[in-house]
Parts: sequence; C-alpha cells; structure tokens
Amino acid sequence: MTNLIEIRDVRHSYQTQSGPLPVLDGLNVTVPTGGFCAVVGPSGCGKSTLTRLIAGLMKPDQGEVWLHGERVTGPRNTVGMAFQNPVLLEWRTILQNVVLPLEIVPTKLSRKQQEDRARYLLALVGLSGFEDKRPSELSGGMRQRASLCRALVHQPEVLILDEPFGALDAFTREDLWQTMHRVKEKEPFTGVLITHDLRESIFLADQVIVLSGRPARTQFVLDVPDTGPRDLDHLYTAQAAEMLHVLRHQIEIAQGRAAA
Amino acid sequence: MRLKAILTPIVAVLVFLSLWEALVWIMGWPNYKMASPSDLVPAYIRYWNLFLVMGWQTLWRTVAGLLLAIVVGTALGMVMGFSRTMRDALYPLLVGFNAIPKATVVPIIALMFVGYHDVNTVLIAFMISFFPIAVSISIGLSTLEPEYRDILRSLGASQSTIFWKIALPKTLPEFFGALKVAVTLAFIGTNLMEIVSPHGRGLGALFDSGKTNADYPLMFAVLIALAFLGIVLYYVVVALEKVFAGWAERTPT
Repeated sequence: MTNLIEIRDVRHSYQTQSGPLPVLDGLNVTVPTGGFCAVVGPSGCGKSTLTRLIAGLMKPDQGEVWLHGERVTGPRNTVGMAFQNPVLLEWRTILQNVVLPLEIVPTKLSRKQQEDRARYLLALVGLSGFEDKRPSELSGGMRQRASLCRALVHQPEVLILDEPFGALDAFTREDLWQTMHRVKEKEPFTGVLITHDLRESIFLADQVIVLSGRPARTQFVLDVPDTGPRDLDHLYTAQAAEMLHVLRHQIEIAQGRAAA
Repeated sequence: MRLKAILTPIVAVLVFLSLWEALVWIMGWPNYKMASPSDLVPAYIRYWNLFLVMGWQTLWRTVAGLLLAIVVGTALGMVMGFSRTMRDALYPLLVGFNAIPKATVVPIIALMFVGYHDVNTVLIAFMISFFPIAVSISIGLSTLEPEYRDILRSLGASQSTIFWKIALPKTLPEFFGALKVAVTLAFIGTNLMEIVSPHGRGLGALFDSGKTNADYPLMFAVLIALAFLGIVLYYVVVALEKVFAGWAERTPT
C-alpha cells in the first residue's frame, strides 16, 4: 500500500516579538491511501499548524510534506477542509454553499450535475430538504454536516478535519461520528482528523498519533485494530477502554504530568 | 400587515405636523419666529416650479457626490482592509481630514474652482460622505475570519476570487449601514455649498434667497423639502440593501 500523506521530520517556528517560537520539532506522520489518521495532543501544541502544512497554506522551515508522491509547495485542489467553525457563507443557500468549491476547482460537470452532486452529498449526511435554507436557519450540527459536504464535493483525495465536532454537544457529536463512517464508505478519502476527544479518535481513525507538548514531535502512534464496521457500542468494550487508557497516559506525558 | 407598515410612518408624520401647527398657534408666534405647516402650503404653491428645478439640482449633485464617495471610499477601504501598512499610514490622515469642519472647507473649494458651481457642490458632498464608507469597508475586510480565506485558498483560489466570492459580499451589510449615514451627510455637504457660494443654485440657494427677501415661510418650506429628499434617498438605499444584503436580516423568532 502506498502512503498518500508523508510528513518527514518537519520543523516550524512562528516569528513573535520575543523571537522565534518553535511549534513543530521533529514531526513524522505517514497515512496510507484510504487511511484515517487522528492527531491528538495538548492544547496549543501545533496541531492546526499541521493541517495548514498538509493543505499547502504554509511551508515548513525544515523537513518535507509529500502528498501522493509529490512534494507540497502550495495549495492544491485535491484537498478538502472543514474547521470547528463551519464558515458557511450566509448569503448563499446550503446548496450553493456546498457547490462553492466546484466554482474554483476546474470541473467538467455542468451546473446541473454540480447541484446533483451537492444534493447527493447532502442526502448522505441527512440534510435532504434543507438545500434551499440559509445557514442561519440551521442548527450547529446541521451546519457542520453542510460544511462536511462542501469539503467533499470536489472529491478530494485528502480530507482535513480540524476539530470539526469540537463545538457540538455530546449526542450531536456521536451522531456525526456515525455519519462520518457512512460518508467514508460511499465517498472514499484519506483523512486527517485533529481532535481533543480520545473517544472520537479511536472511533473514527485507524491510527492515532499523540503529539508532545510544544514544540510538538511525534510522541506515540497507536494502531486501532480493524474490527469491521464500528458502532457506538464498540466504545464500551474492554479493548476500547484499554486503548483509551494508553492514550490518556500518553497525553499526560505530553502535558509533562507523568514520566515517560 | 403590509398596509400597516406603510400607514404607520404616514400617521407619524401627520401627528408631527399637527403638533407643530398647534404649537405655533397656541404660542401665537409670528411666521418670522416660526412658520407653521399651514404657512408652507402657499409657499409651495407660489414657487412650485422653483422647488422642482432647485430640488432636482440638489438631488443630482448629492447623488453624484455620493457615487463618487462610494467609488473612492470603497477603494480606500479595500487598500486599508487588505494592507496593515496602508491602514497605519492612512488612518491618521483620514481622521484628520474628517475632523476639519466642512463649513470651513466650503469657501476654500469655492475659490479653488471658482465659477464651477456644479463641481464645487459635488466635491463637498463627496468629501463629507466618503469617510464612513471607507472605514466600514476597511473594518469589514480586516475582520474577515482566516478560515473563510483558507476554505478558498486551500483550493488554489486567487486573491481576487476570494475578494469577489467572500470578502465583498461579507462586507455588504456594513457598507449599507455606512451608506445610510453617508446619504444624510452628503445632503449637508451639497447645501453648505449652495448656501455659501454666491449665485448658487439648488435648494440651498433658494433658502438663501428666502433669507435675503425675508420670506420666512419659504425658508421653512425649503427645510421640509430637504427633509423629504433625504427620506426618499434613504429609502432608495434601504431598497438596495434589501436586494443585495437582505440575507443579513434575521427574521425574529
């Protein structure tokens, strides 16, 4: 299996008034095609910087980011992004919001086909009947679903999710986890998920990377065994409890509260 | 409901006019102290053709000044909104310029372009009204959340695509808010020039001639005509806002 995403020994600093502030220092991530990688770590350890590096929105000071065997030097339209803030455009309907990337990315689809694709995705996440509503008429969870559709509409190879469920209540979040599994089955992608929620990481991903505190390096990698289709009951098995315990301990090490 | 929305302001105006009439009548004021609405009717009837000609003069110059203010204000706002350096450089200059009372600028401009009354008037209307537009556009652009840019930038969109698809529409509600302020300011500018410059035209000049001829009801009639034009232009802006930025209005729940 080839690796779609390869991040090799990336180092990066931000320039601040009191000199350079290193945020990433020896980061290594590899995600195989079709894989789903979750990245967890203490707050402010540089997780969002990682997403911007993969998306080509910024360049690392040192090290390399490779996507599909090509070195990333700038933005590329094979990436889809969704953030904690759904950032839907309020003057567009939900359907028009989802179609937006197709207005930027070169596409052979006619306007009608673009809208059909958007409708199909909206139906997939359970938003049928809301196509012509404005974002302000939708709940937080529904907006996040629409934002997910927009990130997928141009069939990106890589889907970058930067804490997309972070601002949602617990039950809505669990609903969206299940939606994610349904979507990945129909619309295959290679995923990178930034999250603070350990349960979310083992429920969605097949690989969980723990970053150390700032400056972040790859501290620990957990492989989540493939046990077939996952439902929420999986989170209450002894195996899940074991994984969560290991991750929890690694986070404490990253926070400097436990010895390695 | 629709009928009520139209009737309410009309009734409010009628109530205001009756209170005004009653006040003048009860106090027994002569019309040089305070003209009453009933004094105005003969003034309108006598000078109706002047009101039409002068009103049109004032209106088109104000609108021309406003259009100029929109073009220049938007350009300045864009420059300041996108560049931190330009913002730091231009703000003190703009604030300083705006702090100069325009009544003091009027004679300077009148001398600078002596004989070009139309140019002078449009220029003052523009100078007094571009500031709020520039400020609102610059604030709208500089407070755009980075995620909005990232969504399009990660797809390889150019700066101008990001401006047309996101930054501009997102700034429209602020822009229309500023335009409502600019409309009334522009009228002040136009009239300052019309009143001050000799051989002026427009409603300001009509007001001035009312003053020289001690025709007090005419002066009050001009003020009401100005208020009327202001209201008309304001509602034109409101209508445009409904078309272009109606999405920003929330239906009360």
